[in-house]
Amino acid sequence: MNSDTIAAVSTAMSPAGIGIVRISGTHAFEIADRIYDSGTKKKKKLSEQPSHTIHYGFLVDGEEVIDEVLVTLLKGPRSYTAEDTVEINCHGGVFAVKRVLETVLKNGARAAEPGEFTKRAFLNGRIDLSQAEAVMDVIEAQNEYALRSSVKQLKGAVQARIKALRAGILYEIAHIESALDDPEHISLEGYPEELEEKNESWKKETEILLKNSEDGKIMTEGIRTVILGKPNAGKSSLLNVLTGEERAIVTDIAGTTRDTLEEKVNLSGVTLVLVDTAGIRQTEDVVEKIGVKRSRESVRDADLILYVVDSSTELDGNDQEIMGFLKEKKAVVLLNKTDLEAVTTEEILREKMQQAGIGEIEVIPISALENKGLDRLSEKVKEMFFGGELSFNDQVYITNARQKQALLEAHRSLIQVGESIQAGMPEDFFSIDLMSAYEAFGRILGESLGEDLVNEIFSKFCTGK
Amino acid sequence: MNTITENVDVVVVGAGHAGCEAALACARLGLKTQLFTVSVESIAMMPCNPNIGGTSKGHLVRELDALGGEMGKNIDKTFIQSKMLNQSKGPAVHSLRAQADKADYSREMRKVLENTENLTIRQQEVTEILTDEEGKLTGIKTYSGAVYNCKACILCTGTYLRARCIYGDVSTYTGPNGLQAANYLTDSLKSHGIEMRRFKTGTPARIDKRSIDFSKMEEQFGDERVVPFSFTTDPESVQIDQISCWLTYTNEKTHEIIRENLDRSPLYSGMIEGTGPRYCPSIEDKVVRFADKNRHQVFIEPEGRNTNEMYVGGMSSSLPEDVQYAMYRTVPGLEHAIIVRNAYAIEYDCINPRELDASLEFKKIPGLFSGGQFNGSSGYEEAAAQGLVAGINAAMKVLGREPLLLDRSESYIGVLIDDLVTKENREPYRMMTSRAEYRLLLRQDNADLRLTKKGYEVGLISEERYQDLLKKEKEIEEEIKRVEHTNIGANEKVQAFLERHGSTLLKSGTTLGELIRRPELNYEELAEIDEARPKLREDVQEQVNIEIKYEGYIQRQKRQVEQFKKLETKKIPKDLDYDDVYSLRLEAKQKLKEYGPTSIGQASRISGVSPADISVLLVYLESHRS
Repeated sequence: MNSDTIAAVSTAMSPAGIGIVRISGTHAFEIADRIYDSGTKKKKKLSEQPSHTIHYGFLVDGEEVIDEVLVTLLKGPRSYTAEDTVEINCHGGVFAVKRVLETVLKNGARAAEPGEFTKRAFLNGRIDLSQAEAVMDVIEAQNEYALRSSVKQLKGAVQARIKALRAGILYEIAHIESALDDPEHISLEGYPEELEEKNESWKKETEILLKNSEDGKIMTEGIRTVILGKPNAGKSSLLNVLTGEERAIVTDIAGTTRDTLEEKVNLSGVTLVLVDTAGIRQTEDVVEKIGVKRSRESVRDADLILYVVDSSTELDGNDQEIMGFLKEKKAVVLLNKTDLEAVTTEEILREKMQQAGIGEIEVIPISALENKGLDRLSEKVKEMFFGGELSFNDQVYITNARQKQALLEAHRSLIQVGESIQAGMPEDFFSIDLMSAYEAFGRILGESLGEDLVNEIFSKFCTGK
Repeated sequence: MNTITENVDVVVVGAGHAGCEAALACARLGLKTQLFTVSVESIAMMPCNPNIGGTSKGHLVRELDALGGEMGKNIDKTFIQSKMLNQSKGPAVHSLRAQADKADYSREMRKVLENTENLTIRQQEVTEILTDEEGKLTGIKTYSGAVYNCKACILCTGTYLRARCIYGDVSTYTGPNGLQAANYLTDSLKSHGIEMRRFKTGTPARIDKRSIDFSKMEEQFGDERVVPFSFTTDPESVQIDQISCWLTYTNEKTHEIIRENLDRSPLYSGMIEGTGPRYCPSIEDKVVRFADKNRHQVFIEPEGRNTNEMYVGGMSSSLPEDVQYAMYRTVPGLEHAIIVRNAYAIEYDCINPRELDASLEFKKIPGLFSGGQFNGSSGYEEAAAQGLVAGINAAMKVLGREPLLLDRSESYIGVLIDDLVTKENREPYRMMTSRAEYRLLLRQDNADLRLTKKGYEVGLISEERYQDLLKKEKEIEEEIKRVEHTNIGANEKVQAFLERHGSTLLKSGTTLGELIRRPELNYEELAEIDEARPKLREDVQEQVNIEIKYEGYIQRQKRQVEQFKKLETKKIPKDLDYDDVYSLRLEAKQKLKEYGPTSIGQASRISGVSPADISVLLVYLESHRS
């Protein structure tokens, strides 16, 4: 483990009134001593002051006074990172705060990597894995809604749900195990039915968490979106509207805008990740043949398909092929070029889609060129992915891949418990998969098992010889 | 004063269930072995319950037998009733339990010891552990001053160290059954820096059979077809006339008497300082802790064929004599009970088992091993299993060979030892099925398949028995293959068979394996429609059935084992200085230093070491791998 001392600005870099620079690590107090001047006749040494005290004084770089400051001293382990920590409250403003940080770095600290304070807090046992991950999510959150979900998770909402699930499962495992160890005192008559009911409710709750995790992923990572359409349908124009000056580009994944494979755009608060944008740009202008294989691949991984139809021409073989991709996918049809005379109307389009065996799909007339009809698109997307409302107040989200994987495993195990009950297996078989579910949920929290099971048995049941 | 000095290979202190196994293992491996006991009459004595086995304990005995131990064979020779418990449950929790004729059990074991080559028995109290300047064991000293130089020593002192028996305000400084206590060894161990503890256990009264009215009790029979404990016992030889046990219950009146007299219990008056087992509570414990239960089971079990003494299972106590009489006599059938021996609690010294490594050798005293209640466990079976492993490993050490280390995924014995040396045990440790994470793989029926090979490598399993095992393995494998590849057509005979067994009729052909997997069918029943079936031993058929029937579960459990092994194989270097691991919490550092785990897996099971600490350790090891 690194025992080096790290520092960073821990407030937002903004023209706010106050900024805080945080230093954490073995040498935090030493460094603070070097750059702190109490301004009194007899110089105060911070390293000799008691923990959890605040000191007024000046931040100095050699002879030069940088700022007037308040310094908070937190000795480990009673700090966020569980290490010795010094927090310097200085006057805000990007420039002032930066100067303070530079002074700290000059005097022996290293610039912290993103999330490094949290990483240390986790490694030092101050917070559990899910809390640590939530902090990381905050740091990486893409938009306002994602941020809100992360903050909620930080407060332990996920933790509380999973903990409750685990406690319920553990209780049942303990009950089964007690009965096995003491068959003469504890009966399992009628128990499978009882367990089945509970198992069903755990399964449902896990499904909700899983469903939410989809939304959660979409919130933090964005909706993976593929734009499909025959040549000259207007994909490129749509792309330009979506990524153009009018709407802010959130992030470019790699390199310059025009060469990227993916672009993130913010559509009224929802992040879309547009896939294969370079492909569209490169081929739209020349004679284009849709790379069917490539389309199929992007479609497979996509959360959303935007199918652009040129209303000024007739539907052709390309359209047929594309319709084949829409089955069982979330898709919106954009009937483009409403500024021109309509050859393919909404009715004709719907009829064709019905023939192709596609169910209800929203058709939105737009004019990419004139930037019309896109408001309806963003409303529709919100409806499709967030049930119309972007309010996450009482929902709990799992947002990270590791946690989601564990959720899936837990869910699978609970299904297997249900199957064992249905098949009339002896009770001791239930606990194999219950244990797997319990463990999978535990992985979300970064908790292990073992000792607690035996303790549970002792505290709850009478096991006599 | 002239004293005797003798040279032997191994000294075993104590001839209870652990000591007997330890001594036999060493002697059978060709080492000159000296066994000490405070009383030759008390060899393999059963001072508490008159049975061997039970849930999970039955597994221990089967495993011990598979490794070449003696307990299974001995109970097969001396049982008076036997039952396979949990038969309505899955095969993982089937457990054998046999009522023993206590006197026969002790006598038969003594006979085996007396007739084992290289083994001598000596009635004498061992008082001192002798070491050289480096702290290595050199020998032991007895109360008479005799010195026995040895290369290894195994302490199996049971409940005898500074033992004290108590009921009411009566206490005697004796071991169980009034036998002489061993009062000196504790100080010798302490002087070597060994951390000692004081534990407590108890036993119920024994009642004269003639004073019991059995008509008010439920008779408890043994199984019609008895399964022997030992894999070497001929199943036909154990089909004997069995003796019944009896079931009755305590009632509100019993509990009232107990509650009224709690102030006279030494447990509650503070006279007993030792920690007792929560899972084997005295009746007064049960009444206090489970106040809402209006009755508790009481099993009346014979102590042997040739005695009228009956054991009152479920009512151990340390209440005064007069209260014992009063409370026993409230139980239906015991209204006129005459007590032969009082119930009592016993306090004794034992070690904190974290003094030991996984081979059961003392970390501070190389050459010194220990097993049984001395290690903080409870129960005859737990003792015997540890005694065997300690004995084997003492012998391996003397012979300069690798120790026998069993892990949690291959045996209950591995779970038992790992729990003892890794986890904080604040009370006598009892084996339970719930402690074994990979239970479905650790069945009592496959103990030989899991462990006999290891027993053979150690040298306690004969060539003949080993060859027999290989043959069995092969037969199982071949039969599983055959069954999985045997096609069953949807013909008339098959459909009729299925209909008769309430099983869904076939729409098209399937395999025999698929039919075995149906909950309502099994291998044995399917013989009727399996024309090419070879004639196979019962135990082979049983394995084929289980392996096929529960395949999905077995596979899932095996995956859990793989996960477990991942952490288990991440070794922690012996010379790792935990002070260098900067971010470890202080408590974790202390615990890790105290236990000195050999793997990340073991470290993760130490109480006081959190998952976050394990992450820190993993990160540290990863970044310092050169």
